[in-house]
Amino acid sequence: MTTDQADLQLSPGMVLTGKWHGHRYRIIRKIGSGAQGTVYLAANGERAVALKIAKARGSLISEANVLKELNRSGDRTLAPHCFDLDDWITGAGKNISICAMELLKGKPLIDTLPAKSFDWSVVYLIQLLGQLQKLHHSGYVFGDLKPENLMLTEQEQRIRCLDFGGATRMGRSIREYTEFYDRGYWGLGTRKAEPSYDLFACAMILIYATTGKRFEKSARPGEQLLQQIRARAELRPYQQILSRALTGKYQDAMQMRRELLDQVTAKKGDAGMRRTERTGTDRVRNEWLRALTAASLILAAYIILVIFIMM
Amino acid sequence: MAKGRLKQILLITDGCSNQGEDPVAMAALAREQGIAVNVIGVLDDFDHEDSRGLQEVERIARAGGGISQIVRTKQLVQTVQMVTKQAMTQTIKGVIDQELQDILGNSQALEDLPPEKQSKVMEVIDELGETVDLNVCLLVDTSASMTSKLATVRQSLTDLSLSLSARMGHNQFCLYLFPGKRKTVQKVISWTPKLDNLTRSFDKISARGVTPTGPALRDAVKSFDQLSRRQLAEQSDEAYDDGPG
Ligand SMILES: Nc1ncnc2c1ncn2[C@@H]1O[C@H](COP(=O)(O)OP(=O)(O)OP(=O)(O)O)[C@@H](O)[C@H]1O
Repeated sequence: MTTDQADLQLSPGMVLTGKWHGHRYRIIRKIGSGAQGTVYLAANGERAVALKIAKARGSLISEANVLKELNRSGDRTLAPHCFDLDDWITGAGKNISICAMELLKGKPLIDTLPAKSFDWSVVYLIQLLGQLQKLHHSGYVFGDLKPENLMLTEQEQRIRCLDFGGATRMGRSIREYTEFYDRGYWGLGTRKAEPSYDLFACAMILIYATTGKRFEKSARPGEQLLQQIRARAELRPYQQILSRALTGKYQDAMQMRRELLDQVTAKKGDAGMRRTERTGTDRVRNEWLRALTAASLILAAYIILVIFIMM
Repeated sequence: MAKGRLKQILLITDGCSNQGEDPVAMAALAREQGIAVNVIGVLDDFDHEDSRGLQEVERIARAGGGISQIVRTKQLVQTVQMVTKQAMTQTIKGVIDQELQDILGNSQALEDLPPEKQSKVMEVIDELGETVDLNVCLLVDTSASMTSKLATVRQSLTDLSLSLSARMGHNQFCLYLFPGKRKTVQKVISWTPKLDNLTRSFDKISARGVTPTGPALRDAVKSFDQLSRRQLAEQSDEAYDDGPG
């Protein structure tokens, strides 16, 4: 009753033709599925696209509306481009909503986190905050921010958001969220779309990066989170920043990002960026070296940028 | 919907009614008054999914024009807010589909329009879902088998209030337990904009074997009359306030 269709499986090689626009999509393989629909890798002529097949028509159309509005802002990195929203009539005569969007090539953050050093997590978070600043500036809050909805593109150098099903216009109620990353669940704020809602989730992502798993709230959830931060050596230097993010003290993403940057660079002065990888092989060491180089490059770029902005 | 107000009953239960009126008939009655009846069946890990009570869950929701969902206790918190929001969208979409039919004729609905128009209509539906006023009467089954689930039920209602109060529209909630301590159905919270302190409301319940779902639905329908009378009175008060003087 609540969904337009049950789980519909499309097999590779199948061709879907849009009812209204007539575009043809050849299914290559399934990428993944979530509560709102299933995403397939598909070919539209020469172009590879991410084709989302709706479970509930309404949510897909709303998501496409958000994507189209963000696409109009002119910044191509803000959200995946939405190419085509159409209907597809199945063999059985069912009318299903489909949406073809830009394929983000890379690895979901959730799959990469376990293999990466903690320093990388901080770098990704700094990048993410830059992205969020732009998104917030265009009037939207991401909402369902979690490692599952973040993609590392360009040889794992650049982080991008996908799944805009939770993206909500500023001042409205968050459309979709995941309990662990939701400040309402932790009793630390409302579900109103404002920048601090996303910043809370940012702090949770960094906590998740050290625990490697989600955990449930206890009787005193606020204290529990602060305890988690104190209990982890990697998080300790960021304790103040994280607790400010958790309690909604940051006005915007830029402010949190600047403080993170300051903290990272300050840390370099004394102990240096410490190795915190979970295995000790050479492969990891090499990766760490690369990480450090990339991290300092990115940091340098940001510092220059910050100086520019402040002038 | 006329004044931008949606009415819902949310019934949380784990079994079959065994006392009083037929709940399916009462749900149909609610629907007649423009109230959607949503039903959540809660199971703990020992319950079977094919019990008779759960069939009733679906029949009540169907008669009441609402949504039904059967979940394990663990998923209850997320389900309660999701079902409520989905039901709002469904009602709004129903109204809009009706309008489309009136304008375009021959049973046209949202999905028959070209995608560009669907996008526009969805924007309107989202806008209404955000701004419409919502009245929810919560009915919680407190019969013996529910005892172990009530802590989670309480949490899920607080969470529902949190989700809905983030909207721009106004909300009103009331809470009935059945069976009540002395009465078949007991009102523990009358219409209020926020469900903040629920701990005490669930304190004084007595675990009994009966499940008077029908009477509970009947009382819930009545509660909307009381609310609209109150709201009418407030409105006319305001009219006086705004008058010359
Ligand atoms: N534009 C894209 N490019 C590449 N992969 C994508 C794209 N969009 C989604 N995916 C992948 O498809 C899968 C499901 O997508 P998505 O999360 O959007 O579905 P959903 O139903 O909205 O999920 P959720 O339950 O999280 O809301 C995810 O694993 C995601 O990584």
